[in-house]
Order: sequence, then structure tokens, then C-alpha cells
Amino acid sequence: MTLTSPVRTGQASEVDPDDIVAVPLRHPWRWFLAVFLLIGFVSLGISLWQNDNINHPTITEFIFNPRILSGVVLTVLLTVVAMLVSTFLGVLLAVMRLSNNPVMNTLAWLYVWAFRGTPLLIQIVFWGYLGLLYAQISLGIPFTDFTIFSVDTNTLIPALTAGLLALTLNQAAYSAEIVRSGMLSVDEGQYEAAYSVGMSPVFTLFKVVLPQAMRVIIPPMGNETISMLKNTSLLSVIAVLELYTVATQISSQNLRQVELLLVVSCWYLFLTSILSIPQYYLERYYGRGKARTLPPTPFQRVRALLRHTPINVRRTESQDAS
Amino acid sequence: MTTSESATSAPATSPDASLRAADAPVKPLLSALKVRKSYGGVEVLKGISLAVDPGQVMCLLGPSGSGKSTFLRCINHLERIDGGRISVNGELVGYAQRRDRIFEMNPREVARQRRGIGMVFQRFNLFPHMTALENITAAPIGVRRISKQKARERGLELLDRVGLANLAQFYPAQLSGGQQQRVAIARALAMDPKLLLFDEPTSALDPELVGDVLDVMRTLAADGMTMVVVTHEIGFARGAADVVVFMDGGVVVESGPPAVVLDNPQSARTRVFLDSVM
Repeated sequence: MTLTSPVRTGQASEVDPDDIVAVPLRHPWRWFLAVFLLIGFVSLGISLWQNDNINHPTITEFIFNPRILSGVVLTVLLTVVAMLVSTFLGVLLAVMRLSNNPVMNTLAWLYVWAFRGTPLLIQIVFWGYLGLLYAQISLGIPFTDFTIFSVDTNTLIPALTAGLLALTLNQAAYSAEIVRSGMLSVDEGQYEAAYSVGMSPVFTLFKVVLPQAMRVIIPPMGNETISMLKNTSLLSVIAVLELYTVATQISSQNLRQVELLLVVSCWYLFLTSILSIPQYYLERYYGRGKARTLPPTPFQRVRALLRHTPINVRRTESQDAS
Repeated sequence: MTTSESATSAPATSPDASLRAADAPVKPLLSALKVRKSYGGVEVLKGISLAVDPGQVMCLLGPSGSGKSTFLRCINHLERIDGGRISVNGELVGYAQRRDRIFEMNPREVARQRRGIGMVFQRFNLFPHMTALENITAAPIGVRRISKQKARERGLELLDRVGLANLAQFYPAQLSGGQQQRVAIARALAMDPKLLLFDEPTSALDPELVGDVLDVMRTLAADGMTMVVVTHEIGFARGAADVVVFMDGGVVVESGPPAVVLDNPQSARTRVFLDSVM
């Protein structure tokens, strides 16, 4: 309030003459842009809502359809398992890549090169059609006829396993690079300090390096988890019954493609929104010791807001004014 | 590989014996013999020979680039030496001698050896994701397999000894430089080392915080801890050191009791250096 009406130094004794009392800069174009966009979005919304080609009852009918829900469950399951296993593999690959052992080093490099260099879609189809390449999978001693067991490829690797394998192995290559970048971000002095108190390289890795690398690793891994959730839809090419496959099956029967795509999109948006919650808390946990004080969690913020009852706020305001 | 060469060319026993005869009748805790080290063709250590007896404090002085920090890092095998011998407590550092051949140690054997040699760094290098107490107890619990309860008690005792008993639950980022360095000293002490190495422990500190760290180091020296200290604190060297070594250009220029090296230096290079820092 005081800012809008400039006070001259002689008139108000309580204003410090050194304070700058100025009219704030106006931003009329921000208002113009906001109103312009608002009109655009509202008209887009209205046109979608009134579009006769979209059958709204279909959306409400299928959003909690049991088949769709089973697809959601499988999508979440695929995401969780693929991310957990690929993260484990990624750490292993990153450690191999950074080790002094030239064999490990080359092996990890080759892995990342191959799995990052070919499209995920092709890898999925490849694992799905593995039976065409090897009809039987046997375990035995190479270059001899001795076999311990032999099994039909399509029995050992059904579509679901093939899909899970494709997602996991592809993701491991990306995760390996993320973990490696995290490990490289840890200061050399940390290794020296750990070695100087007699820690072995393996102990140093798990107790000193990885916990610090996690702070750098988690934000991009959150990204990768969201990508993974959406990439599960690619498994429709090998008929794994995840969310998108189920939706296309339904829409091929009732010919409501757009409606079912909207249903599926709503679910993907909902699930990716949920995923940002564990990421927030993981970042917070691994950020401990980095900042002098941790920022409050959303719950703590809400609690702090509730503590500031209107009466309290008014009192502090009147104290400020006087 | 050069180590094995020098091992065959120079019998390890004879110069060792001469050092012993010259210095003191006790067996030195640390002995370095003609230690050489190069980085990419540049020789930074050109044959350093030193001995430190149990309970002695040795201060290494010298201009930057003289190789004193490199030498210190060779003592606990953070750097590999290219020639000569370093042994701590009678054991070769980083190598094992069986008959007349020398074998490189594997990382776990080196780690075991380092437990007896503590080190304090210029930039503290505390583990930022652990509290002060966790920094101290991590190695005793994880490496020595001491029970958590015992390690905790010992950790608190050590924190008390460096004057930080009330800051056990603070993270390094919440501590001042001087407090961090004192936690780092406590961390090194927690492994009960026979030898403590200090790599310019006060160089990264604000001037008013230097005193606290030096006080802790003086107490340790008075308690009989064997210490090798790379420092620019001439006052500390004069008060606490038994031996002062002046290094320049990768060689030991002068060594002896502080009264001689600091107040009556024989070498012109030592005199020039001391004039510039005092």
C-alpha cells in the first residue's frame, strides 16, 4: 500500500529516508496474455465437450471397467518390477564401467552400446519372437552333446516375460549411465577419506559413494520411471495385456477409439502424478547433510499454515504496521 | 616394478641399520628410504629418506610443490611410489615381501594396513551424508566390526576429546571449518592408529579457527601420538615438533630439531623460505 503512494521523506517520520519508495513496474502484457490464453482454453474445452463424435457416457463407463483396471494393475506391476531389476543391473554395470578391470569395463561398455543403440520397440519384438531364432533353449556344456535340460522357448519365455525382459534390459543401459554420472559427481576426497580409515573399495562404494551419488541419481531416475510407465504401452505389439493393449482390444469391439484413448490418457496422467510423490521424499532423504536445514515437506507446510490461524496473522500484521 | 629393482640393487637392511644407528636405539615407527615418485615424467620425489620414532612429532615444511604432501600421501599408499621403500611399524606399505621378491598387495590388504595409519586432510573430507558421530563410528562399525553401542560410546568420548561433545548429531555442512577438522581428527583417532598423518590441516581454515585445531594437535602430541604434519604453521612446528624437515624440489634440504632448523638454519634455501613465511 505504501509502495503505490510515494511518501516524501519530510512527511512520514517513521519511514527511513534511505528506503526507496517507488511505484512498482507494471506488466500489462502479462494480463493480456493470460486472458487471451484463458479464452483459448475455455473455447477448446467447450468444443471438446460439445463434440458429437465423443461419446461421454463411454468414458465414464470404461474408466473403472474391470478389464481396464486389470490393465492398470499390470502396467504398474511391469513398471515397478522393470525399474527395480534394471536399477540393480544399472548399478552393477556402472560399477563395472568404472572399475579398473579391463574385461568388466569393456563388457559394460558393449552392453550399453548395444541396448542403448537399438530402438526399444525392436528389442521388444525381438524378445517376443525369440522362439523364431531359437526354438529350444538348453543348458549344457558348450561344444559337447551333454545337456542338463532343454525347454521350448515359447514355454520358457511367454509374452509377459519377453516384455518384462525387453523393458528391463533396455532400461538397465540407461540407468547404468545415470548411476555412473552420479558416482563421478562424488568428490575424489571422499574415496581418499574412506580409504584412509581402512575401508575396502566395496565398503567405500556402498557406504560412502553410492549414498552421495543418490542425490544426483534420483531426479533423472524419476524421469526414467515415468518414461517406463508410458513405454509399457509398447508391449501391445507382443500382446501383453497391459493398459493400452486392453484399451485397443475394447475399442476394436465397440469402435470407440477416441473415448478409450482418453480413458487411457487419464490413467497414465494419474499414475505419473502419483509417481512424483515417492521421488520427492527420496530426494529429501538423500539430500540430508547437503543443506544446512531441510525444506519442509508438503504436510509440514500445511500444518504450519493451519497453525497460523487468522487471529495470529492479524496480530502479526498489526505489529508490522505499528 | 621399480620397487623390486631397487630392492635387488640395494639390500634393505644396511641403510636401515645406519639410520637406526644415527638416530636412536629404538626401532623407528615410520622409515622411508630413497623414496621416488614421478607424475608423467616429472619427478616430484627424488629420493626421500626419513625416520620417525614412536611418540615423535615430525613437521614437514617447504614451499608449495616441494613434494611434502605427495610424500605424506605415499605413507598410506594413496599414491604408489616408483622407487625406494616406506615401512610403517616394520611392514612395507602397499607391498609384501616374501623371501627376496616383492608382491603388490591387493586392495583389501592395503585397506587392512591403512587401519593403523590415520590421515587428516586439508579439505576435511568428512562424509557429508553422515552426522559428526556417524562419521567417526562408520569405520569402527563397518571395518573393525565393533558393536554399535561400543563404537557410539567411543565416538562420543573422542568428540569430547576434541571439544565437540555437544555437536554429535550435526551434519558436516552445519559445522564450521574448524569444527569439521576436529571431527576429522576424531574420525582418524577412532581406528586407534599408531601413526597420524596431517596434510596441511589448517590451510583451509579461517585464521581465528586455526587455534582450536592446533590445540587439539598439541594435546595429541603431548599424549604421545606419533605424528607427521605437513604445515605452514611455524609456531606449531617450533612448539610441538621433535623433528623439523625442510623439503624443496623433491629432496630433503635440512632436518633436525626445531631449534636448529627454524632458528639457526644451515641452508640458504631454508633461510629464504623461513623469512618469507615468518
